[in-house]
Amino acid sequence: MLLSLTGAVSQGILWGIMVLGVFITFRMLDIADLTVDGSFALGGCVAAVASVNMGLDPLVSVLLGMLAGLVAGAVTGLLHTLFDIPAILAGILTQISLWSVNLRVMGKSNTPLLGVDTVFSRVASLLGVSNNVATLIIGVFVAALCVALLYWFFGTEIGSAIRATGQNEDMCRALGIDVRVTKLLALSLSNGLVGLSGALVCQSQKYADINMGTGAIVIGLAAIVIGEVLGRLTPGKLQAFGSRLTSAVVGSVIYFIIRAIVLQMGMDANDMKLFSAVIVALALVVPVVLERSQARRAWRKGGER
Amino acid sequence: MLTLTHVTKTFNKGTVNEKPALTGVDLHLEPGDFVTVIGGNGAGKSTLLNCIAGVFPPDGGTIELDGRDVTRLPEHRRAADLGRVFQDPMRGTAADMQIDENLALAARRGGRRGLAWGITREEREDYHERLKMLDLGLEDRMTSKVGLLSGGQRQALTLLMAVLKRPKLLLLDEHTAALDPKTAAKVLSLTQRLVQQDSLTTLMVTHNMHDAIRLGNRLIMMHEGHVIYDVRGDEKSRLTVADLLRKFEEVSGGELDNDRMLLS
Repeated sequence: MLLSLTGAVSQGILWGIMVLGVFITFRMLDIADLTVDGSFALGGCVAAVASVNMGLDPLVSVLLGMLAGLVAGAVTGLLHTLFDIPAILAGILTQISLWSVNLRVMGKSNTPLLGVDTVFSRVASLLGVSNNVATLIIGVFVAALCVALLYWFFGTEIGSAIRATGQNEDMCRALGIDVRVTKLLALSLSNGLVGLSGALVCQSQKYADINMGTGAIVIGLAAIVIGEVLGRLTPGKLQAFGSRLTSAVVGSVIYFIIRAIVLQMGMDANDMKLFSAVIVALALVVPVVLERSQARRAWRKGGER
Repeated sequence: MLTLTHVTKTFNKGTVNEKPALTGVDLHLEPGDFVTVIGGNGAGKSTLLNCIAGVFPPDGGTIELDGRDVTRLPEHRRAADLGRVFQDPMRGTAADMQIDENLALAARRGGRRGLAWGITREEREDYHERLKMLDLGLEDRMTSKVGLLSGGQRQALTLLMAVLKRPKLLLLDEHTAALDPKTAAKVLSLTQRLVQQDSLTTLMVTHNMHDAIRLGNRLIMMHEGHVIYDVRGDEKSRLTVADLLRKFEEVSGGELDNDRMLLS
């Protein structure tokens, strides 16, 4: 049980990097970017092929996975900005085409990372620790680095322009911001993180699979929602940007812990996607219902007077 | 400063909803002109401003801004020269960003945005001074989200943002129409102050004929997509609302159909 929990924590952190990517599109651009399912698997497939077939250094493989995700995001971005295809549809188109692309990349549906080094095995032998501990160390390090870089980036002039784009495009254009560029940047950056996460997950589980990204977007949304609920429960209200990013990663860890627990309790692994969808749906439904019931109560009170 | 030559624009061309919005506008603004624009519903006032701002391209004619032909230039590439305030207070600011962040975005209007920090300490001090001038107490709430401000405060902030980097032309599209009369008066006097301070060339659409007469050095009246009356200087300052109504009936052969205008 304890072992499965530490495994869940490190999985949660690695997937947390993907959640950071989803956070950029979902919370800052207000787009549910469905590219994610495809670009996550793409990151994994590219990293696997780079190590196994091309014999590249594991670190280089991971970076290639990230780059591939970035390009996938740019494709969605171009479809959306240049040709005015709605963001959801643009994401679906890229996601579907990535399924074929991923199969082409690997040449088969599954690539095991047998007998090749991974960034985790490297660090494990370097520090003389177990693979699990190495996964945890690298996960925390990379996630922290990503949070720090994102915090910096969204404070810069370009980053501020991206944040403004998600809130008020009219204002952005009036202030000389090309919203096509900012959206393209955000979608690329987001999917770059997703690809990075896919590559790291692939190396940690020691295989890449054509299905590894299926449902990733829902996991990402669920993690964001869990993180936000936790942020709201914490005293001091974690509303600052840095803590919102951090709580997205923490949300991911919690998600994987919950997952490990319910699986341990005997839930069918195949029901996990239903479970994730229910979490997201609940999170979206609850505020709406609360608001309506508050409106109804206010009306009743008014009537009594 | 601004020259429009026979600018035309028709919406939904070739459909039953075809609507000629601009039917040949010729207009020339000298540097420092403060022009108020009035007209009935659908006279083309907002379309005119939107064409100048580049929200959509005109169907015909040319728009020259300070000697540069901007007719086909997209909105964001004209922004360097234009300060804009919209009718809807929500449209001019980013609600979930801080007051100082909004100002910093505006300070970079038309400039290159790089990886430098989005707002510097010197800027913050500068904004503090400028916000103080508004006399709304916003200088002490610079890190508050703009979404927490009232409509009037947001409009005052948008105005400040529009002139933060001196625009060659300031476009005000009924920017006080959504405010209550008291707030509207405040925002209007602020407008006057800021325009005078920097002697900005300004085009202000308004539905209030008193304001149109009282403010600026020139007044134009639009009807069915073109300018039907253009008056400036002493002649303008002698105008009364009754004169305007008479003028309108004379030129258009009908009554002014802008309800808001008649009520105010």
